[in-house]
Amino acid sequence: MFTIRAYAKVSSLEEAYELNQKKMNTIIGGGLWLRMGKKNIQTAIDLSGLGLDEIKEEEDAFMIGAMATLRQLETHPGIDAYTGGAVKESLRHIVGVQMRNCATVGGSIYGRFGFSDPLCCLLGLDCEVELYRAGRIPLAEFAKMKKDNDILVQVILKKTDRKAVYLSQRNSATDFPVVSCVVSKGEKGNYAVIGARPCLPVIVEDCEDLLERGEEGWNAFAQKVQQEVAFADNTRASGAYRRHVAGVLVKRGAKALWGGADECR
Amino acid sequence: MQITIKLNGKQVTADVAPDMNLLNFVRSQGCYSVKCGCETSNCGLCTLWMDGKPVLSCSILAARADGHEIVTMEGCQEEAAEFGAFLADQGAEQCGFCSPGFIMNVLALFREYEDPTEEEIKEYLAGNLCRCSGYEGQLRAIRAYMAYKKGGESK
Ligand SMILES: Cc1cc2nc3c(=O)[nH]c(=O)nc-3n(C[C@H](O)[C@H](O)[C@H](O)COP(=O)(O)OP(=O)(O)OC[C@H]3O[C@@H](n4cnc5c(N)ncnc54)[C@H](O)[C@@H]3O)c2cc1C
Ligand code: FES
Ligand code: FES
Repeated sequence: MFTIRAYAKVSSLEEAYELNQKKMNTIIGGGLWLRMGKKNIQTAIDLSGLGLDEIKEEEDAFMIGAMATLRQLETHPGIDAYTGGAVKESLRHIVGVQMRNCATVGGSIYGRFGFSDPLCCLLGLDCEVELYRAGRIPLAEFAKMKKDNDILVQVILKKTDRKAVYLSQRNSATDFPVVSCVVSKGEKGNYAVIGARPCLPVIVEDCEDLLERGEEGWNAFAQKVQQEVAFADNTRASGAYRRHVAGVLVKRGAKALWGGADECR
Repeated sequence: MQITIKLNGKQVTADVAPDMNLLNFVRSQGCYSVKCGCETSNCGLCTLWMDGKPVLSCSILAARADGHEIVTMEGCQEEAAEFGAFLADQGAEQCGFCSPGFIMNVLALFREYEDPTEEEIKEYLAGNLCRCSGYEGQLRAIRAYMAYKKGGESK
């Protein structure tokens, strides 16, 4: 269990940022992940009074506030329609509705967990994060950055031509994924994202346009993913199993995007 | 720190530790239907409604609920008893330990979906674990309850 000595419901991001510069202070998103740890927190920084719990649809993007819950993201009709169900698919297997009403987008993305379904999924779409100090940066860049004391303000899901399909494999329903996969198609290039390896999701670009070449190409690209991505063992699955399943998921995703199948929904 | 919560319709003001969870807070206020069944945010037994949405009270800080509206089974007894009868009819309760959290989530399901499909029901209730009865009885109870609510068969 974690402990908290003082609680600050901040009234501005500046106040939150200043508090967050002290090592003993910690931002609380939904608090679900923090609760599992043993951290002794001096001041818990609560962002829930800043109106960051909204998802706003603008002409060219969805602005997803850091304090929006996973359930809000899952059930947003605009995002569901725009992403062809991919975002919903990445969320609906996580624990249960009550849990997803508590866990936040900010905590999930800031945490940069290797197993994260939403992080993997959003890497397959055109996303940026907005940090209080560092400003806007591409999500793929943020995912690789070391954790610092900045604040994640919102995730920006841009409306582009990109189409993505999300798939994951779990040992049992509602458990953590043992491998997750996005296949993503767009004018700026096609690629796959493989997560829960079990480390951070990685992107494999399809530089040879294999995915555009029908079933043979899909198989070749799946093989490329299996060869290039590092998979490792943990208590849930072996690296060899993950590698095998990742290949299957890539092929299914490709079939859904280029072959008109919808077996991943 | 001081918090004020509308708990089952009544304004409650209390002094709490910053790391007290909502579960322990509502129990300290006499809402003993809310129980803790795990340490990993997985079982759903601690389910209550915050601003009308089902949440895990074990995983939310009482401080976060400051200024919000909380409903536990103590605050919706009639509705809970009505559905509870269907559970009992199907033998879907053995020890009954999981029932309060399960019932709170079933009632939340019907607030969100007027006429949920089998898949929607299963997905909505996937976070409520039951160790003894199995889930088929629970699903039968839900179907019977839905039929009754639609004015079809009586129970
Ligand atoms: C039992 C359990 C099972 C889970 N299963 C899955 C699963 O199958 N798939 C999956 O993808 N995820 C899973 N998760 C993870 C979950 O979905 C969330 O990603 C996780 O709980 C973090 O979200 P949170 O809101 O609880 O963050 P918190 O625990 O509050 O915070 C996490 C970290 O982020 C920091 N932080 C939070 N918000 C901000 C911000 N705005 N700016 C800067 N830093 C911030 C915190 O200080 C902390 O370091 C699971 C979690 C639990 C507890
Ligand atoms: S007590 Fe198990 S989920 Fe809250
Ligand atoms: S009836 Fe015993 S846990 Fe469900």
